[in-house]
Amino acid sequence: MDLVIINLIDGLFYGLLLFMLSSGLTLIFSMMGVLNFAHASFYMLGAYFAYQISMYLGFWMGLLIAPLLVGVVGALVERYGLRRVHQYGHVPELIFTFGLALLIEEVIKFFWGNNLMAYQEPEILKFALFSIGNNAVPAYKVFMIFTSVAIFIGLLYILTRTRIGMIIQAALSYPRTVEALGHNVPLIFMGVFGVGTALAGVAGVLAGPVLGTFPGMAFVLGSIVFVTIVIGGLGSLWGALVASLLLGWLTTFAASSSFPFASILESFGMQRPESLSDSYLRDLWTLTLPQIGPILPYILMVLILVFRPHGLFGKRDV
Amino acid sequence: MRIPTKFGVTAALALSVSATAAFAENIKIAFIDPLSGPFATTGTNGLAEFQFAAEELVNKKGGVLDGDMFEVIGLDNKMDGKESLINLQVAIDQGAHYVVQGNSSGIAHALTEAVNKHNRRNPDSQVLFLNYSAVDPALTNEKCNFWHFRFDANADIKMDALTDAIVQNDEISKVYLIGQDYSFGKAVAEAAQRDLGAKKDSIEIVGNELHPIGKVKDFTPYARKIVSSGADAVITGNWGSDMVGLGKAIIEAGFTGPIYTYYAASNGITRTFGEAGVGKINLVGEGALNPAGSPEVDEYVDAFEAKYPDHDISQPRIANVVRMLAMAIEEAGTATDVVEVAKALEGMETDNFWGGKIKMRAEDHQAIQDVYVMEQASGLKHLLDNSDYGLETAVKVEMASADIPTTCEMERPE
Repeated sequence: MDLVIINLIDGLFYGLLLFMLSSGLTLIFSMMGVLNFAHASFYMLGAYFAYQISMYLGFWMGLLIAPLLVGVVGALVERYGLRRVHQYGHVPELIFTFGLALLIEEVIKFFWGNNLMAYQEPEILKFALFSIGNNAVPAYKVFMIFTSVAIFIGLLYILTRTRIGMIIQAALSYPRTVEALGHNVPLIFMGVFGVGTALAGVAGVLAGPVLGTFPGMAFVLGSIVFVTIVIGGLGSLWGALVASLLLGWLTTFAASSSFPFASILESFGMQRPESLSDSYLRDLWTLTLPQIGPILPYILMVLILVFRPHGLFGKRDV
Repeated sequence: MRIPTKFGVTAALALSVSATAAFAENIKIAFIDPLSGPFATTGTNGLAEFQFAAEELVNKKGGVLDGDMFEVIGLDNKMDGKESLINLQVAIDQGAHYVVQGNSSGIAHALTEAVNKHNRRNPDSQVLFLNYSAVDPALTNEKCNFWHFRFDANADIKMDALTDAIVQNDEISKVYLIGQDYSFGKAVAEAAQRDLGAKKDSIEIVGNELHPIGKVKDFTPYARKIVSSGADAVITGNWGSDMVGLGKAIIEAGFTGPIYTYYAASNGITRTFGEAGVGKINLVGEGALNPAGSPEVDEYVDAFEAKYPDHDISQPRIANVVRMLAMAIEEAGTATDVVEVAKALEGMETDNFWGGKIKMRAEDHQAIQDVYVMEQASGLKHLLDNSDYGLETAVKVEMASADIPTTCEMERPE
């Protein structure tokens, strides 16, 4: 029971981290119709910027400045890169963001090298807030959970309750009309791209100390973010939230279980063979759930695409 | 931020080039390891250690024979087997008689086979393969050959020493094994099970688990399982970001016991663990820096850190490779007839540069030396990663596994 509660908390933490990444990505997609392959790279940039800033000004300034910097970089990329490529259609845009992801990784390796960075959580959050059984829950993780919930509420408020949010939503569906009403739609696009990448930057700043700050961090998380928004429904903020939490709990519970596939085979009345090397099912006899945990999200994505192609909350097909 | 390193490497290269100009007779040592790509840090660090060792231990002392100097040539194999074989050919074409390699046992297998074939077919340009880091036991067992020498303790020897340390510790009765889901991770788990079972009945293995390599984003669920299992100690063969992710998650989950590892130091890892790793991260390896075996070692390490501030002495055995090669060449009286050099090298018993003795077993070409279990600690003389932390010897196993059996049946040239 203890383990279930602790896994719920861990899954919530991981799910909300995914949400911070996928919310920006889904926002950008719903606005521009562009799948930003470089999204996770902005997450990595956030972590590295924050690490560099934290060396001089401490963690909190890093948390404040790094996402802003990432947002500015994102906005510049939109203004001088994507906007030019946009006129040639979606495929060049995809290729552009794909190239950008590679470029950012190489730039990071050039300046910071291949080594892991010693990016640490702040001293005042370096303690175990409470324990369930013997398992400690670090204060930093709780702080992260609250920060991302606050970001979600703030984002939802801006999008649905403010004038800017209304214009953004209108620009989503009827860009020409909004433009005719005198609003600067390209500027809105740039702003949304900037905010989306800044959100990825926040995720990087917060996750860097926990998941490690190294040149492969974008690659590790990149594909799963796409899976999240496909499951949640492209362009849906609620969908991104639900899918993120779903994946967070799914991977956490899968990794912490030790469910053996042999028990399924036995429930079919099969006997474990004496010599496994002769059995054509030998892999199934020795496989456990944690070993295939990381592919579960992809299986879920395939199922969603087959049975509900527009995702859990999405309005349009992929 | 990497510029100092680049300068260091360039300077070292320039140095070796200028050495070429000054002396006609250079003994070339081809260093075949990744110098670019994701594993470049380990490779460039190893190259720096080799160049420094050649300079300090041989060239500054007047070289070998009649003033012949050692020259280390770095060849980038991009961590790829095929590329390594091309490098081997390049090295041979350049007149190198000695090849050193260490990263990845897979590549070591490819090289040892290629060297064996080459030497059989080309008696005029034979080469020796000095393996300084690839630890797959097979290289000195069923796959051994006369031209291959291993200076690192192999995986079985390290596990033997590690389990010795665990058995001595009365506080440990439950052990959790976790590793990456591939050959090395499985080999570590198997060796740990075998050794612990044979040494102490009362030790219980409460978990034996493999996780996908390089795919796990958050190690917390694994850490929760480890804590809940009531384990007193963890053994893992993880490396790179998998090592840091796992280690940090375990410590943060409130685990208080030791974590026994193979590769949890340097390349940013020591620095990243920082204070949290003190007394918890344990590493098994040869060559201890704290305390150093002799004042000479202290001087050597200080001089290295001064010359390469971005690198560490992370693979102490490299000093032994260079020194023992020089001694073997002196004894054989030739650097070009590698059969004579190999014969001088096998069975050689001499002082280990890092303290104690080192013996190159003749029957399988496996070096037998002291193996240490070291603990991350602060306030030490020699630190890693430009941090405040380093490794301190906790347990020393003298001439570890000196009688470990081997299945090697070596064919020796006439």
